[in-house]
Amino acid sequence: MEKQDYLELYHQMVLIRRLEETAAELYQKGDIGGFLHLYIGQEAVSTGILAARQEQDRVITAYRDHGVALNAGLPVNLIMAELLGKETGVSKGRGGSMHMADVSKNFWGGHAIVGAHIPIAAGLALADKMEKRDGVTICMFGEGATNIGYFHEGVNLAKAWELPVLWVCENNHYGMGTPPSKASAVSEIIQKACGYGMPAYDVDGMDVMAVKNMVADRLAEIRKGSGPQFLEVLTYRFRGHSMGDPERYRTKEEVKKFIENGPIDRYHKFLTEQKIASEKELTELQKKADKQIEEAVKFAEESPEPADDTLFDNIYVEDLEGGA
Amino acid sequence: MAIITMREAISQALWEEMERDPKVFIMGEEVGVWGGTYAVTKGFLDHFGAERVRDTPIAEAAIIGSAIGAAMAGMRPVAELMTMNFAFSAMDHIVNQAAKIHYMFGGQMKVPLVIRAPGGGGRQLAATHSQTPDALFAHFPGLKVVAPGTPEDAKGLLKAAIRSDDPILYIENATVYQQRGEVPDGDYTTPIGKSKVQREGKDVTLVTYSKMVPYSMKAADELAKEGIDVEIVDLRSLRPLDMGPVIESFKHTNRAVIAEEGWKSFGVGAEVTARIYEEAFDYVDAPIQRVAQKEVPLPYNRHLEQLALPQVEDIIKAVKEVMR
Repeated sequence: MEKQDYLELYHQMVLIRRLEETAAELYQKGDIGGFLHLYIGQEAVSTGILAARQEQDRVITAYRDHGVALNAGLPVNLIMAELLGKETGVSKGRGGSMHMADVSKNFWGGHAIVGAHIPIAAGLALADKMEKRDGVTICMFGEGATNIGYFHEGVNLAKAWELPVLWVCENNHYGMGTPPSKASAVSEIIQKACGYGMPAYDVDGMDVMAVKNMVADRLAEIRKGSGPQFLEVLTYRFRGHSMGDPERYRTKEEVKKFIENGPIDRYHKFLTEQKIASEKELTELQKKADKQIEEAVKFAEESPEPADDTLFDNIYVEDLEGGA
Repeated sequence: MAIITMREAISQALWEEMERDPKVFIMGEEVGVWGGTYAVTKGFLDHFGAERVRDTPIAEAAIIGSAIGAAMAGMRPVAELMTMNFAFSAMDHIVNQAAKIHYMFGGQMKVPLVIRAPGGGGRQLAATHSQTPDALFAHFPGLKVVAPGTPEDAKGLLKAAIRSDDPILYIENATVYQQRGEVPDGDYTTPIGKSKVQREGKDVTLVTYSKMVPYSMKAADELAKEGIDVEIVDLRSLRPLDMGPVIESFKHTNRAVIAEEGWKSFGVGAEVTARIYEEAFDYVDAPIQRVAQKEVPLPYNRHLEQLALPQVEDIIKAVKEVMR
């Protein structure tokens, strides 16, 4: 890895952090509607995963998708515009926080029904397999999603058909407010992969380099024809499940413990201790991220609302004479 | 013109489209080795191979979910549900995913998916395997719903559906696979979202679709003997619903009966009736009559089941009522 690559990972994690902090403010002001699920604390997961993927690898995730979108290469201006529901947003203001996508970046969303995108991911991989392309579909979901039927149907199909999928379970310890100890038959999610005959691994999701290296290895094996693999990434979200979370299910001490060993601080320390980057260089990157977010908010605020006469656009691909 | 059965019409459409476009493939329970539980895909496996004629697990969310993913990635899957009743196990993927993805991501993804699903009662399969929930699926913008009533339309609509870039639920009726009719020679498609006058008449407009088309034809033959001249408008598509030919017919008959196999409450008849009143109230000479299934979970007992299902005699009675 070149120095620039190390710095870019840092920049992306900081940019996600700033994006999310700003989104929280905009939500409290009422500029962002609906639900808002922040990625704060989990930045190293998608940053590491996306740093390891190749262009032909598809990425699909759940509703906590802003960070994944940024890492996948979606412009921060367009992400912010989507949060504000603007026509310039990545999904033209029709999807909002939970439904960001950019097919040109091989990022397939942003899916808000828990686990429903898991069989869809199998289908994306099926197309690649049938067309003999060497892409791997990376499907991310929370540990809470491993309790719903779609998960079991999707991973079963992927193994039965040996589809090129990397299943990535982001275990942030709580499905909304319920921990696996209360909701899951097994507390180690990785055990579920064994039931479907898949190689299974786990990795520290607060260590961006560990995630990146692990995912690179997994993708290489899948690309060689190993069939689907399962990766549990242990992580933690510092904020509530969404903006309306009373957080009665965990203690402040527990949260503090994770924040003190957070992914950005850890990577910061790694870069300076290993003398890969200086404090000054990292401060510059923080400032760069601040400026990008400032510009993104300006872009989003100045962007037009969707026009009334576009309400019915894109219900179908083919125009209908008889109406919808 | 050849005379073939509904089953042959559907089978021919699938075969011809698979020959025409290598991206078209079939997936579903027992579509391959078995040849389809209704023998629609008999011989397909030997000719097209297991990659394109895919036997799936008995897992409807996986079938529809993965078909959606494959469609998003450029394939043209025809996913078969063994019966329409199993669509409920894939409900989220049909209404929350297939019907939403194009719109919700601002038009950047397409879901060129056909879901084939035979429904209907009359085969003593009891309440869970005998439903006609067509109206339910027609409720959702983003999904197209077609339900042919003749072999000609069965073939033409299926070919059009496979060539369409939109997700389409193609509803068959399991009791009329042996119904025979003329189909044009060579390649043709039937437009989606276009109703059709299947029989011209001047006294009363009989609006119907699917299995109730042949029933309505029989009723019209009987009524003709008594001097009542029935015009039959076959909706063919429920969404988009083409009211043009219905209103045109009603404006010269001033009387209408709507016949469907599903339950009356919140059904197709309710929708069509409301639209006639909205669009042609000044032309109404008699209260519109609805013929539908009685409001009961269909029983196993042969006599009770037939008692609950709409019969040719019910249509005749309703027509006479509006002619009073």
